[in-house]
Amino acid sequence: MSVVTVQLGQCGNQVGQQLCDVMWSDAQHAEGKTYSSVSCERFFRRTSQGDFEARAVLIDMEPKVIKHSMNKAEKCGRWRYGETSHFSQKQGSGNNWANGYSVHGPRHRDALEELVRREVEHCDMLAGFLPVMSVAGGTGSGVGTFVTQCLRDAYPSSFVLNHLTWPYGTGEVIVQNYNSVLTLAHLYQLSDAILVHENDTVHRICSQLLKIKQISFNDINRVIAHQLGGVLQPTLTPDSCGTYSRHPVGELVSALACHPEYKLLSVCTIPQMSSSSMAFSTFSWPALLKHLRQMLISNTKMEEGIDWQVRPPPASAGRTGSLAAGSFNTSLANLLILRGKDVYSAETGAFEDSAIYTSWLPPEEAFSLWKSPVPFNKYEKSATLVSNSQALLRPLDDMVRKAWNMFASRAYIHQYDKFGISEEDFLDSFTSLEQVIASYSQL
Amino acid sequence: MTQSVIVQVGQCGNQVGCRFWDLALREHAHVNKKGQYDEALSSFFRNCTSGALLTYLHPQAVLIDMEEGVVNGILQGALREVFDSAQFLTDVSGSGNNWAVGNLTYGSAYKELIVDKLRKAAEHCDCLQCFFLIHSMGGGTGSGLGTRVLSLLEEEFPDVCRIVTAMYPSAEDDVITSPYNSVLAMRELTEHADCVLPVENQSLVNIVNKISLMSHGTKPGSVLRKDSAVTSGQGSLSPTEKPFDAMNNIVANLLLNITSSARFEGSLNMDLNEIAMNLVPFPRLHYLVPSLTPLYTLADVNIPTRRLDQMFSDAFSKDHQLIQADPKHSLYLACALMVRGNVQVSDLRFASPTPTDPKMTSTFLLSNNTPIQQSFMTLRSFNIFLLLSFQAHLHHYLHVDGMDQSIFSESLSSLNALIDEYHHLDATKARLLPDAPRLSIAR
Repeated sequence: MSVVTVQLGQCGNQVGQQLCDVMWSDAQHAEGKTYSSVSCERFFRRTSQGDFEARAVLIDMEPKVIKHSMNKAEKCGRWRYGETSHFSQKQGSGNNWANGYSVHGPRHRDALEELVRREVEHCDMLAGFLPVMSVAGGTGSGVGTFVTQCLRDAYPSSFVLNHLTWPYGTGEVIVQNYNSVLTLAHLYQLSDAILVHENDTVHRICSQLLKIKQISFNDINRVIAHQLGGVLQPTLTPDSCGTYSRHPVGELVSALACHPEYKLLSVCTIPQMSSSSMAFSTFSWPALLKHLRQMLISNTKMEEGIDWQVRPPPASAGRTGSLAAGSFNTSLANLLILRGKDVYSAETGAFEDSAIYTSWLPPEEAFSLWKSPVPFNKYEKSATLVSNSQALLRPLDDMVRKAWNMFASRAYIHQYDKFGISEEDFLDSFTSLEQVIASYSQL
Repeated sequence: MTQSVIVQVGQCGNQVGCRFWDLALREHAHVNKKGQYDEALSSFFRNCTSGALLTYLHPQAVLIDMEEGVVNGILQGALREVFDSAQFLTDVSGSGNNWAVGNLTYGSAYKELIVDKLRKAAEHCDCLQCFFLIHSMGGGTGSGLGTRVLSLLEEEFPDVCRIVTAMYPSAEDDVITSPYNSVLAMRELTEHADCVLPVENQSLVNIVNKISLMSHGTKPGSVLRKDSAVTSGQGSLSPTEKPFDAMNNIVANLLLNITSSARFEGSLNMDLNEIAMNLVPFPRLHYLVPSLTPLYTLADVNIPTRRLDQMFSDAFSKDHQLIQADPKHSLYLACALMVRGNVQVSDLRFASPTPTDPKMTSTFLLSNNTPIQQSFMTLRSFNIFLLLSFQAHLHHYLHVDGMDQSIFSESLSSLNALIDEYHHLDATKARLLPDAPRLSIAR
């Protein structure tokens, strides 16, 4: 089964390139032969010359980043992008979601659909789509939303798992909150599940865990790619009967997105450290899983600075909407992916505690476990948790609040109106996101 | 890669424009040692050579003046080889410091010719993104014909971004009618431009004075590094410096900085249309105050170079601003920092490699803030009521065909409305606005 990655915009093309690179190098260094071949089949295809080409299409409205990503892949000499599997124009969307969604997207619809179709035809079996994009830019978010919509129309029975990069809280693009609100509200209708990485969180991981002094976007993308790789590389799932799972996207979606109101997935991975300190570290499954569980319930995205005081509320106490800091993070569903040595001895009972889940879903339904005995990306043992929980409630609420405040004074609306996104459309988007926020806070 | 066309109108516009071309050629020559036509060059220059080696570059420019002096000076100067006589449009008699003559008389007479030249320039572009219009606000040709060209651009190329660099006269201007001209031109700028970068003569004079004070100072260690000041022509082609060259170089540097990230690659690309998108929250309030730092570098290498933080705070101070208004205690509607040099995202978010000197980092700030209204208020107060009440010099304007008193009153009320809008926003800053009440979800 193969996954077609759709890289959109500057951010999407940079993250996507790193993702393919992580997948490739992990598959090449893995000991298990089946593991490498399944991983390769999932993300790469062999050309008639025997070279490996990524099952990815690159879409951007300006040529610079695509060229850069393709060159980077070419230079590493191990795999590359398809000669013709990219689409670019001369002029970007200028941070304007409306420009991407209602001008650039529709104008190039045929070319974009053709591009994806050709890639899909290369697959023996299509497991699903992975559109990779930023939530704040113009091309990534606007054209990305449009392309997701096209995928939905053209492949109604395929899974679409969107990966979104959320911008820094401040400082990237002034209209980022508008763009994010529009993207999320639309994707919520189209996508099967939305995987989210926040730049702020990943930045902290880079500085505190990986000890990188001058953090560049390259480092940030590397971490995102590592975490995503931990999710998407082959595993043994309960349904796969001892072989590597053949439905990575489908099983992920069915494990986590059990209700159309709840589609936001966050990812955390343990351990993460600089390669120099890895040689001096040993890991044990009980310690890793204990940390990971506390990271989950206290909503910490890395193993440093975990608040150990947070405990699941006693069953008798009523659940309250928890926006306050340091409060307990209720999950709807969790997917734990363990990779590495002695994986079958790992004890995961702590994640099946009914106290960490919502009352209306029994923990045996809410918790899934995937395993793979092959170490991932040079880590002897590693655990990745994909969680559909309140973790993203706070950043989502902040984003909607900031956008709503700007909308209250009607700032920047004329820029969107110019391309056919009216106040009405904004209001619709706000309404649907407020509904999402309300649903998550009632978990 | 997108292209831009520079339209320089009037004496001042042409002088600044020529400094810009001189510096731009120098900058590209510095980066592009091989002398090959590359993408960076293509944004402002057209390649007219047949061989592999660059011998003949053509700037994408239209030069308009209603007298021959300055343009003839260019044709005799060092830049004569770059320009083509087809790019020029001149008359002999000048506009006599009269906006009405420039805008109405010449505007109507030369309308077809101007449109023709603009279209020719645009046709050479692969993907035209932006028109840069440079003119003064005080003179007759610059303010009158310049703003006429602006409205022609809007008519002919409605989708192409229009960025105007407008030179405002100093308080004691030698042209008595300059307040009239400025007010009349202001209305056109407010209505037809996408962004205006206002530059005040007085600020340029102050900066030039400060730098010459520094360079003639006798304090040890405070010798300026050669060619590092923004006023230097960096080994200008002309052996004798013309009177306004130092001031014009500052403005030329401003234009170089604003276009740098569109011309060169960086980790976070910024497109020119992103400027208008992010910095103009309300369509009429599109006056972006520029400031530059550092203005010079000290020659003594033992003194540590200015740190990044220092440069940031400099950029927000009055001394580095090209407008006299004080930004302190004011309300910033939006601002963008553009940084060139070896800077990582961990330091900030916009970076493109430095083209001139790898050791030097420079910062360029564009801010949309309310104190700009101070400048407009001086413009308004400054003689205009006096002049209007005595109807002084009015007859010069009124005898021009198509000009009548109502144009004056409309322009003045347009300016008043603009000041009111800024004032209204400024008044909100004292009280912190509470968050707008959010949409609530019915339970």
